Amino acid sequence: MERTYKLKKGLDLRLEGEARHQLRQPQTPKCYAIRPDDFHGIVPRLVVKPGDEVKVGDALFVDKATEKIRVVSPVSGTVKDIVRGTRRKILHISVNPSATPVFADFGKPNLNTISREELIELLLRSGLFAFLRQRPYDVVASPEDSPKALFISAFSKMPLAADFDFVVSGRESLFKAGIKALSKLCPVFVGIKPEQQNSTFLPLPEAEVNIFDGPNPSGNVGVQINHVSPINKGEVVWTLGAEEVCFVGELVETGRVNLTRRVAVAGSETINPEYIETLIGTPLADVLYENVADTGHSQRIINGNPLVGTKSDKDDFLGAHTTEICILPEGDDRHEVLGWIMPRLKEFSTNRSYLSWLLGKNKTYNPDCRIKGGERRMIMSGEYDRVFPMDIYAGYLIKAIIAGDIDRQEALGIYEVAPEDFAVAEFVDSSKLELQRIVREALDILRKENA
Amino acid sequence: MIQKTLDKLRPHFQEGGKFSALRSVFDGFETFLVVPSETSKNGVSIHDAIDSKRIMSFVVIALMPALLFGMYNIGYQNYTAAGATASCLTMFLYGLAVMLPKIVVSYGVGLGIEFVVAQWKKEEIQEGYLVTGMLIPMIVPVDTPLWMLALAVAFSVIFAKEIYGGTGMNIFNPALVARAFLFFAYPTSMSGDKVWLAKDTWFGLGNIIPDTKTLATPLGEAAAGLTPSGDFWQYCTGLMPGSIGETSVIAIAIGAAILLWTGIASWKTMCSVFVGGALTAWLFNIGGLENNVVANIPWYNHLVLGGFCFGAVFMATDPVTSARTEGGKYIYGFLIGVLAITIRVLNPGYPEGMMLAILFMNMFAPLIDYCFVQRNINKRMKRAEAK
Repeated sequence: MERTYKLKKGLDLRLEGEARHQLRQPQTPKCYAIRPDDFHGIVPRLVVKPGDEVKVGDALFVDKATEKIRVVSPVSGTVKDIVRGTRRKILHISVNPSATPVFADFGKPNLNTISREELIELLLRSGLFAFLRQRPYDVVASPEDSPKALFISAFSKMPLAADFDFVVSGRESLFKAGIKALSKLCPVFVGIKPEQQNSTFLPLPEAEVNIFDGPNPSGNVGVQINHVSPINKGEVVWTLGAEEVCFVGELVETGRVNLTRRVAVAGSETINPEYIETLIGTPLADVLYENVADTGHSQRIINGNPLVGTKSDKDDFLGAHTTEICILPEGDDRHEVLGWIMPRLKEFSTNRSYLSWLLGKNKTYNPDCRIKGGERRMIMSGEYDRVFPMDIYAGYLIKAIIAGDIDRQEALGIYEVAPEDFAVAEFVDSSKLELQRIVREALDILRKENA
Repeated sequence: MIQKTLDKLRPHFQEGGKFSALRSVFDGFETFLVVPSETSKNGVSIHDAIDSKRIMSFVVIALMPALLFGMYNIGYQNYTAAGATASCLTMFLYGLAVMLPKIVVSYGVGLGIEFVVAQWKKEEIQEGYLVTGMLIPMIVPVDTPLWMLALAVAFSVIFAKEIYGGTGMNIFNPALVARAFLFFAYPTSMSGDKVWLAKDTWFGLGNIIPDTKTLATPLGEAAAGLTPSGDFWQYCTGLMPGSIGETSVIAIAIGAAILLWTGIASWKTMCSVFVGGALTAWLFNIGGLENNVVANIPWYNHLVLGGFCFGAVFMATDPVTSARTEGGKYIYGFLIGVLAITIRVLNPGYPEGMMLAILFMNMFAPLIDYCFVQRNINKRMKRAEAK
C-alpha cells in the first residue's frame, strides 16, 4: 500500500531551458572515459594499462582496499590513456571504442533461485555494485555490509533535472526486473511523487512504494530515508539511482552490462534542450555537439544539475551518476551596480526584498553562476531549516561541523545526510557558505575517524 | 564605467600595492558599488540573489521612518520648550542638524574599527555595523555628548562584537551594549529629566534653552510617582520626549512592516514580545499595586511607551543574538516582553526595562535553543536505543 508523506519545507525553482521530451542523436564519440572520482569513497587500483583490449563490462580499476568492487568499461575497445593529476591521482581512464561492441557475458541468473551472495557476487563482477552508495558517509557501498534497506528515488525536483518518467519510458520492464533482483539484497523502498502514481514503471510488487508530496528536495533519497526509516548510528542504508536500476535489470535479463543513460541536456544556453541517449563516459563535447548557443558571453557546463552538479567543461566526460548536463551563463562578465538596493527584477530570491515572489511559482529564471555576495558567518536564523525537510537542525549540524565536534555531529544526525541534501540550503544561504563542501569534508573525516 | 575605474584602481590596493593598508576599505567600497562578479567554484552553481549587504540595507531602510520622525521630534521639543513657533520644515532641519553629527560619529568610529579589524584579519568588511551604527544614535537621549557616543560605540564594537569574532558570533546586541555602557558609566546623562532636550542652536536653527529647563518622559514621570502626561494617541504619534528613534509608534510600525514583509525579522519573536508585554502589564493592572503608578499604566499604554516598540521591532529580532530555533523564538520574545514590563514596574530607579530585558534574554537565548536542539538529539538517541 502506498503511503503519502506530505513535505512542506523546500523550494521549487524553475529555470529556463528545461529539457523537452524528445530524443536527439549525439555525435558518435571517438573516445570514452571513466573518472574514479565519480565513485567517491574508493581508492582506485588500475587493472589495465594503455593498449589493453577490453570488452564492455571488463574492469578498468578496482578498489584498493578489498579489490572486490570493480568499475568497468562502458565500451569495448582499446585502453587509450590513463590521465593523472597532481600527486599521480588518476583523473580518468580513456578507452577507444571498437567498431562493433563486444560484451563480456556474465550469465543470465535465475531470479527465483539466486541467493543474496550470488547476486552480490554477480553485481560485483559486472561492476554494477560500484553504483550502489551507502549512508552514512554517502560513499560507494561495501559488499560486506548488510544494509537495513535499499532506497531508490524515482524523481528529482532539482532545477533542470531529467524527468525519470521519460528516462525510463521503453525500459519499464528492465526497471521492474532490476527492482525484483535488488529485493534479494534487502528490503527495497521506492519514492515517487504524486503525479507518478499511474506511471508505467509501477506496480513494483517486490518494493515498498511511498509517495512524497512536496517541493525540492523531496526527490532526494536522503529526505525520503529520513521520513520512512531514519538511519541510526551503526545502521547502513544503501541507495541507487533510479536509472541505474535499469542497468541491474538489463544485467539479470541479458547477462550483459549496458551503461546507456538517457541524459537531459538543459539550461538557457542550449539551442535545443532535449534528451540524448548515450553511454556513461561520453565526452561532453559530443553530448553538447551543435547544441550550445553562441551568446558571446562566457558559459558554464555543469555535470549534473545546477544545485548538485559539478562545474565542468567540454573536455570532461559524462559522469557515472550524471542524469543531466546543464549549460548556464557563467556571469563572470556581468557587472551590476548597487546590487544591495536595486530592484533587480530578473533575479530570483526567496527573500522578499526582491520582487520575484510576486511573479508566481511558474515563472522561469535564468540565473548565472555568480555568488552574488561575500561569504559571512551564519547571520540569519532558520534559513536552512526552511528548505531542509528532515528532522534535523541543519544550521546546528553545520556549526558542529565547522567546530569539528564529531560527537555533536553524530548527535545531530550527520549519519543521515549527504551533501546533496544541503544543496537547496546552500542556494538560499545569505551568508554564502559552501555547505555541500563542508558536509562532504565532514563525512570524509568522520569515515576516517570511525574506520 | 565604474567597473573600469575600479579595475584600474584595484592593483594599488592589493598586497604589495601602494595602498595595501586600505585593502579592506577598497573591497568594502567596491562590493558596495558593484555586485561582485565572482562565480561559484564548487557546490551549487547558482545562488539566491540575497546577501547580507542587502539584508542589512533593508534593516537600515526600515529604520528610516523612525529616524526621520525622531529628527522632527527633536526640533518640535526644542521649539515647544522655548515657546517659539516654527514651520515643520524648520523643526525637521533643526533635528537633522542635531542628529547628523551623531550618525557621522557613530559610523565613523564603528566602521573605522571594523575596517581595521577586517584589514588585520584579512577578511571582507562585515555589514552588521551598518545597522548597529544607525541604531546607536537612535536609542540615546538627544543631549548625549558626541564624545560619549564615540566612547560607547568603540566599547561595544570591540568588546561586544569583535572579541567574539565579529558579526554573527556576538552574544549581546552591540547597539544595546553601547547604550548599557552609557547607562552605567554616565547615568546622569542617560536618564532623568534633563537629557531629552536639545538645548543649543545649530546653524542658526533652534533655540538656546537654559539648563534648568527639564522635560520628563511619561515613564519617568510615572516612576517618580506623578501621573504621566499625554494619552494613548500622543504616545502613538510620538510627539513626546524620549530617546530619538523610539517615540513614534507609527514610524516604528512602518519599519516593522518592512521587516516582516521582507521576512528579515522573525514575526514569531516580534509578536511574542508584544504578547508577553501585554499580558504582564495587564496582570500588574489588576494586581492591586495601588501605590505603584507604573503598575497602573493601562497595559495598552505600556506597549506604546518608552522603548518597548522600538526594542521589540529592531532589537529583539536581531537574528544573531536572539534564539535561532523556530520554537525558541516564541519563548525568547515572550520573556523579553515579560521582563521589560516587570523591570519597569518593580524597579523605581529605572523607568525603562526594554534594554535590560533584551540583553538579559540575549544571554539566555542559547539556553532556550539548547533545550530545543537537545530534544531533537534525545529523540534520535531514543530511536537508536529502541532498535
